Amino acid sequence: MSAFNAIGEDREIDRDEFTPGVEPQPTWCPGCGDFGVLKSLKQALPEVGKTPEEVLTVTGIGCSGKLNSYLDTYGFHTIHGRSLPVARAAKLANTDLEVIAAGGDGDGYGIGGNHFVHTARENHDMTYIVFNNEIFGLTKGQTSPTSPKGHKSKTQPSGSAKTPIRPLSQSLTSGASYIARTAAVNPNQAKEIIAEAIEHDGFAHVDFLTQCPTWNKDARQYVPYIDVQESDDYDFDVTDRQEAAEMMHETEDVLNEGTVLTGRYYVDEDRPSYQEEKAAVGELPEQPLAERYFDEDAEWERSYDLLERHK
Amino acid sequence: MSSDELIWRIAGGSGDGIDSTSQNFAKALMRSGLDVFTHRHYPSRIRGGHTYVEIRAADHEVQSRGDGYNFLLSLGDSFARNPQEEAYYGNEEIKPLSENLDDLREGGIIVYDEGLISDEDIEAIDLEARAEENDWHVFPMDLRGLAREHGREVMRNTAGVGVTAALLDMDLEHIEDLMSDAMGGDVLESNLEILHEAYETTREEYEFEHDLRVPEGSHETEQALLSGSNAIAYGAIDAGCRFISGYPMTPWTDVFTILSQNFPDMGGISEQVEDEIAAAALAVGASHAGVKAMSGSSGGGFALMSEPLGLAEMTETPVVLIEAMRAGPSTGMPTKPEQADLEHVLYTSQGDSQRVVFAPGNIEEAYEQTRLAFDIAWDYQIPAIIVYDQKLSGENTNVDVEFFDRDVSPDLGSTLTEAELREAAHDNSGKFKRFNYEDAENGVASRSIPGQKGGRYLATGNEHSPVGHISEDPDNRVAQMDRRLEKLESIREELDEERESTQTYFGDETAEYGIITWGSSQGAVEEAVSRLNENGHSVKGLSVSDMMPFPEAEVTDFLESVDEALVVEMNATAQFRGLLQKELGRFGEKLTSLLKYNGNPFEPAEIVEGYEVNLADEDREPTAQVRIEPAAGD
Repeated sequence: MSAFNAIGEDREIDRDEFTPGVEPQPTWCPGCGDFGVLKSLKQALPEVGKTPEEVLTVTGIGCSGKLNSYLDTYGFHTIHGRSLPVARAAKLANTDLEVIAAGGDGDGYGIGGNHFVHTARENHDMTYIVFNNEIFGLTKGQTSPTSPKGHKSKTQPSGSAKTPIRPLSQSLTSGASYIARTAAVNPNQAKEIIAEAIEHDGFAHVDFLTQCPTWNKDARQYVPYIDVQESDDYDFDVTDRQEAAEMMHETEDVLNEGTVLTGRYYVDEDRPSYQEEKAAVGELPEQPLAERYFDEDAEWERSYDLLERHK
Repeated sequence: MSSDELIWRIAGGSGDGIDSTSQNFAKALMRSGLDVFTHRHYPSRIRGGHTYVEIRAADHEVQSRGDGYNFLLSLGDSFARNPQEEAYYGNEEIKPLSENLDDLREGGIIVYDEGLISDEDIEAIDLEARAEENDWHVFPMDLRGLAREHGREVMRNTAGVGVTAALLDMDLEHIEDLMSDAMGGDVLESNLEILHEAYETTREEYEFEHDLRVPEGSHETEQALLSGSNAIAYGAIDAGCRFISGYPMTPWTDVFTILSQNFPDMGGISEQVEDEIAAAALAVGASHAGVKAMSGSSGGGFALMSEPLGLAEMTETPVVLIEAMRAGPSTGMPTKPEQADLEHVLYTSQGDSQRVVFAPGNIEEAYEQTRLAFDIAWDYQIPAIIVYDQKLSGENTNVDVEFFDRDVSPDLGSTLTEAELREAAHDNSGKFKRFNYEDAENGVASRSIPGQKGGRYLATGNEHSPVGHISEDPDNRVAQMDRRLEKLESIREELDEERESTQTYFGDETAEYGIITWGSSQGAVEEAVSRLNENGHSVKGLSVSDMMPFPEAEVTDFLESVDEALVVEMNATAQFRGLLQKELGRFGEKLTSLLKYNGNPFEPAEIVEGYEVNLADEDREPTAQVRIEPAAGD
């Protein structure tokens, strides 16, 4: 018998269940792209059959970090840049949980960059949504790792001398097995991509373009956007690493020139998730470890039985 | 300096197998009925560099390294670089002999490998004259030649053990048994041949004029030889911990390794991750999801953990972290012990902190206090830290096997089941009041685990309302802060009133002079105090383990009962004395510090001397490399 009966519950799920009944007033500005992420999650989660209490949403710091304040699941609002290590440990501790991590571009590609690279490399079975607004919003508009070269801000008064990070390419090189970019202004595509990412077995990385109407007024609102799968101008195979790499490179190049390309970029269904790899070498228990602590019949090995080597 | 003890030092290059040889020799001595204590000294290098292990063996309890030693087995350094040239590090080949002579007691024995150390080198260090002066008995033996003849050169350690056994008149039985356990086939055969050949040759070639023999002893119960790292790891296993995350760093790596090797067979999980921020964050994430988890590091890595540590405090996620101190600042001296991270461990991370810190003083305490740390952490939903050091980590001593005959305690403390959650308080939307200050007992509000029905809430590092929503409401803030801080006071009460004291007392209860210490310096202080009392002084000793919450009542009683006290610790800035004065707010005029920070732990004689210097009327200076920091007003 499971100690976690919210997991795997088979019932009709209403998207309203993900809206807190006593809702804190969102602190996001009117027109903020973050509402788009919230909405797509509220739509995608019931669609893939997940109930609020079998989902753990782990966020970082920034406007994006407030996501789980307004999405009614189990939530862990962590610290700046550290959502991924917290999230992946929760998944290892209880492999039955649906774990979704989220944060901003500064959070994920800047201060948490090391964790992003390694979580992708290890291919943990979870979803990672990066709210990419090309700016530090909550701290009032400083240049971020994805801000375009030449971007002027209070901390880069003469314009940034740095070229922006390439989030999709970096994700691919690091080892993520599902990589997509969507935009808040494209809610249908966003919902579909988020649903696919949740269902994907492995590290699913979604770079989510979330316009910041307050601090990044100069930036485009990510319209018009082009879906690379639907457009006749682009033809590449999402399962081909080489073609995906080229498409990502082009997408990153043209974003700051005003062409907003979105869609699925890389999908590898064959690569085993880290959980599967770890189980294969005998280093992950078959039953979720968390269950054992609630099982009164569980047997626990004692150090007393290890003493032979010390005698 | 009792003559009923053997202090055997085996010296060589890093990579020469000093560790495993000494481990087996210590076990053989233990099996013969002696109490043993090992002390390891090694450089931060993979190959070469001067390294030694000292084994103190006696027919009575030994809790510390001794003063100097009485038997040197010098293997030479087979990995020495440029031995013939004037290198920066000097002639390294002879260092395992030359650098160990200063601590060798009068009448001591020297065995060196004449197959590796040349006659010219011996002449260069004037060994003959020094031996005469100190009444040392010198036995040059071609250990390398012996090993080559019957097996391979690497087996010269075995030859050295054979010579040792012959000179000490030691039975080979236990040594043979241990070899048979560890190896088989040709390797075993060669080693046994070498052992016997060395033993016989020594007896044939030399006439013994020395008095030193292996002491005789017996144990009433079966013994096991364990290090402090073993004890911490085993304490964690028996506390029901089955998740560890870490990043390699000396000397914490030992605990990480032991658990990583054992967890897979126990259904546990070990994760080696990208950095220590991640390591501690993983432990927090795993704990949040319902398992007993730990992480740890040494000073530099622990610095990276201060963020997740603060998150665990604020979200009230139970976690155990361990900090294996080494000499700092920065990279410092990676393989040398020091007790200079106390303030780092107590105060790192922003805001008013609420953590528990224990500093075990010996192997048994390391086990007990690790278990205690898990109990407290999960009952009170608070991070608990074990602070120890390179000394305790690497020293081995024998422990009664039955000491470990305990049950595992996988209990998650103040965590609710789904059935209990149904009865618990929720808000109007069905969110569980995880941080409910109205029903909290001792400051503790019960927790739920993700996946449980009826338990959803938001954990956040921001200040938060009872269901976890971010809140900057002043009344809520004060209520939550007060509740969290109440936990620490409740823990203090539990430790003071309900549990056996984790402080260790020794010496003469009626004494008016006290010596007070903390953590791994305990053994040396204990021995110094007993020596002082044997020599007609009247001294009492206290070794403190509870660093936070501080055992105010116990330490106050101790200090009120003495006129003066010497505070002994391995650091340069008297951090423990500072803590003591901060916590108690007085006694400044009674406390003199004895500080050591040269990279080597205290020897009991240095503490005895510290006492004498402190009480001397004239301006006497210690001869050891220590510093006296006088009491306020002195």
